[in-house]
Amino acid sequence: MDKSVAVSRNDIGLESPAGRKLPVGLRQVVAFVLILLALVALWEGYKLLGAVTAGSIPMPVRPDDRSMPHIWSIVGALFKPARRGGEDILLIILLRSAVFTWREALAGFTMGSVVGFALGVVFVRSRLLERGLMPYVVASQTVPLLAIAPMVVIWGSRLDWPAWTAVAIISAYLTFFPVTINTLRGLRSPDPTAVELMQSYAASEWQVLWKLRLPAALPYIFTALKISATASVIGAIVGELPSGIPDGLGRALLTFSYYYVSGPEKLYASIIISALLGIVFVVIVMLVERMVVPAQRRLAE
Amino acid sequence: MKVAGKLVIGLALIAVLVAACGGAATTQAPAATQAPAATSALAALIPITLQLQWVTQSQFAGYYAAVDQGFYKAEGLDVTIKEGAVDIVPQQVLASGQADFAVSWVPKALVSREEGAKIVDIGQVFQRSGTLEVSWKDSGITSPADWKGKKVGTWGYGNEFELYAAMSAAGLDTQKDVTIIQQPFDMSLLLNREVDAAEAMTYNEYAQVLEQTDPKTGKLYQPGDLTVIDFNKVGTAMLQDAVWAQEDWLADAKNQDIAVRFLRATFKGWIFCRDSFEACVDIVLKNGPTLGKGHMTWQLNEINKLIWPSANGIGVMDKALWDQTISVATSQKVIKAAPDANAYRTDLAEKAAADLAAAGVDVKGTSYTPRVVEITPGGE
Repeated sequence: MDKSVAVSRNDIGLESPAGRKLPVGLRQVVAFVLILLALVALWEGYKLLGAVTAGSIPMPVRPDDRSMPHIWSIVGALFKPARRGGEDILLIILLRSAVFTWREALAGFTMGSVVGFALGVVFVRSRLLERGLMPYVVASQTVPLLAIAPMVVIWGSRLDWPAWTAVAIISAYLTFFPVTINTLRGLRSPDPTAVELMQSYAASEWQVLWKLRLPAALPYIFTALKISATASVIGAIVGELPSGIPDGLGRALLTFSYYYVSGPEKLYASIIISALLGIVFVVIVMLVERMVVPAQRRLAE
Repeated sequence: MKVAGKLVIGLALIAVLVAACGGAATTQAPAATQAPAATSALAALIPITLQLQWVTQSQFAGYYAAVDQGFYKAEGLDVTIKEGAVDIVPQQVLASGQADFAVSWVPKALVSREEGAKIVDIGQVFQRSGTLEVSWKDSGITSPADWKGKKVGTWGYGNEFELYAAMSAAGLDTQKDVTIIQQPFDMSLLLNREVDAAEAMTYNEYAQVLEQTDPKTGKLYQPGDLTVIDFNKVGTAMLQDAVWAQEDWLADAKNQDIAVRFLRATFKGWIFCRDSFEACVDIVLKNGPTLGKGHMTWQLNEINKLIWPSANGIGVMDKALWDQTISVATSQKVIKAAPDANAYRTDLAEKAAADLAAAGVDVKGTSYTPRVVEITPGGE
C-alpha cells in the first residue's frame, strides 16, 4: 500500500531525490503523529474557543469537561487505577478486555473470511447461483446488526454454545460480505485472453482457478480482509452487549457509558483502546499480505 | 504455483494464530466450558442458573455474596449467575427455560405473565421502590403538582409507570400539562439543566449527581441542592426486584424444595450484606473490576434500605404493597387486568425465612439502621 503510493509519487516527480528522503515506514509514523497532533489541537482548540466565548456563540457540542474531557485527562485516566484503591490501572484492564475481544473477533474474522471466500468461488463458477444468492447476500448486510445480535445470542444459549461463539458468529456476519464481493471481483480480474490461453492448453476449470484466477484475486482479497478486520472488531463488541459477556471491551464501553457523568474520560479512553485494537488487527493483516502478495501486485489504497 | 504456495503459508499462519487464540478463548469462556471440571468435584450439586436484570453491581450483592460465601453450595446448589445485558429480558429468559430463577421488577414481569409467561414471584426481596424524581432545589418542585408546565425526564421502557401514576394522582395530564423528556441512562440532562426533573434510582443516578463537582462552589453537590419526590411517599410506588420461577416447574414438590433452598441461601446472602457491609462491597467489586468503590458502597447502603426492615421476614410479600402495585399497573394500563392469585406465593419464602429464624438469624432487620456513606468524587 505505502510502497505503491511512494512509487506513484516518484513517478510524477513530487519527491526529493531518492537518497535523501526518509524511509517509508518512518514517514508513515511521522504522518500519523502529525495528524494525531492536529486532532488533539482541534479538540483542545474547540474547548478553548468555548471557554473564551463562554456560551455567547452556539456550539454543536458543549465544550465543557463533561461532554469533552481534556485529552490529558483521557490519557491520564488510562494510567490511574480504575477505582479508588484498585490494583490495576485502567490501561491494563482495558488491554486485557481488548485481548479477549480480539479472540472473539479473530474467530469471527476467520469464519467470515472462509465463508466469504467460498461464496466468491461458488459464484465465479456458477452465474445461476450468483444471480440467485447475491440478493440475499446483499440483503443480509442491510439488516441492522443490532437486530440480529440478540437473536444469535438467544439461539446460541438455547443450543448451549459457549457464550463467545455467538459473538464470533455475529462478528463473522459482518466479515464475510466484503470478502465475497472482492473475491468474486478478483477471480474475474484476469484478462480473458489469459483465460483463453489456459483453455487452449486444455487446462481444467480447477487449474484455471488455482493457477490463474486465485493469484490474480489475492490483492483484491487482502483489500477485503483489511475491511473485514475492522468490521470483525465492531461485530465482536456489538455482539458482547446482548451476550452479557463481562470480560470484553463491550462491557467496558457499556459500564463507562452507564456511569458516564462519573468519569467521561474513562469512556473516551475505552473508545481509544477499541480503535487501537482495530488498527492493530489491520496492521497484522497487512503484514501477512506483505508475505503473500508481491509488492508490485498489491492494490494501492 | 509459487503464489499459491505462499497463500498456503499465509493461511497456515492465520490458522496457527486462530488455534492458539481460539484455544485460549475456550479456556477463558465463562461458565459453560468450566462447568465439567467443577461438576466432577461437586457431583452431588444441582446446577441452577439465575438470570439478573443488569450487569454486576451492588443491586445484586446478595446473590454474589451467597455464591462467594458458599451459601448455595451448603444447600446443595451449584448456582451460575447470568448477568443481564442490553436487550435481555430476564423473565423471558426464565419463561423460555434458559434460567431456573430470574430477578425482575414486579410490573415488568406481570406484563410478561399477562402475555402468557407462566412465572411466579416467589421472593419479594425489595420491600420498597428505589425510584425518585429529582430536581434542583431552585426549581421549586416539591410535589408532583409542581411538575405542571415543566420538562420532566423519564427513561421510559417501563420505568415511567410510577411517575405517570403520580401525575394522574396530582391531576396532571401527561400529554398536556407536562413535557415528557426521554432521558438517557445517566444524569447529564439534569446536570446541564436541560430538564427540570429527572428520574433517578436512589442507589444509582441520585448518587451520580452527588458525585459531581458544582462548578460554582468547586465542591461536590450536596443533598441540600436537590429536592426529591419519593414515589413510596407519593403512594404510587411499585414493587421492584423479586425472585421469579416458572409455575409449571414449581408444581413438582421436589422443585419446591429446590426453590426453598435457593431462597434460604439467597436470604443468607442478603443478611450477610447487611451485617458484613464492607466484605459484601468487596465481593461486588471482585465481580466487576470497572466499578467504582465509592459508588458501589453507596449503592449497597441504599439497596439495604430497600430490603430492611422486612416486616414479614425477608422476601415475604407485603400484600398491601402488592395490591398498590397492581392498582397502579391497572390504572396506568400497564396490564389489562389484575393477575390471578397464582402470580405470587409466599409459602416458599416464609419457609426459607422461618428456617433461618429458627437458626437464630435476624430475618426481619427490625433494628436495622442505614450507614452514612461518604460520597466520593466520580464514585471512585
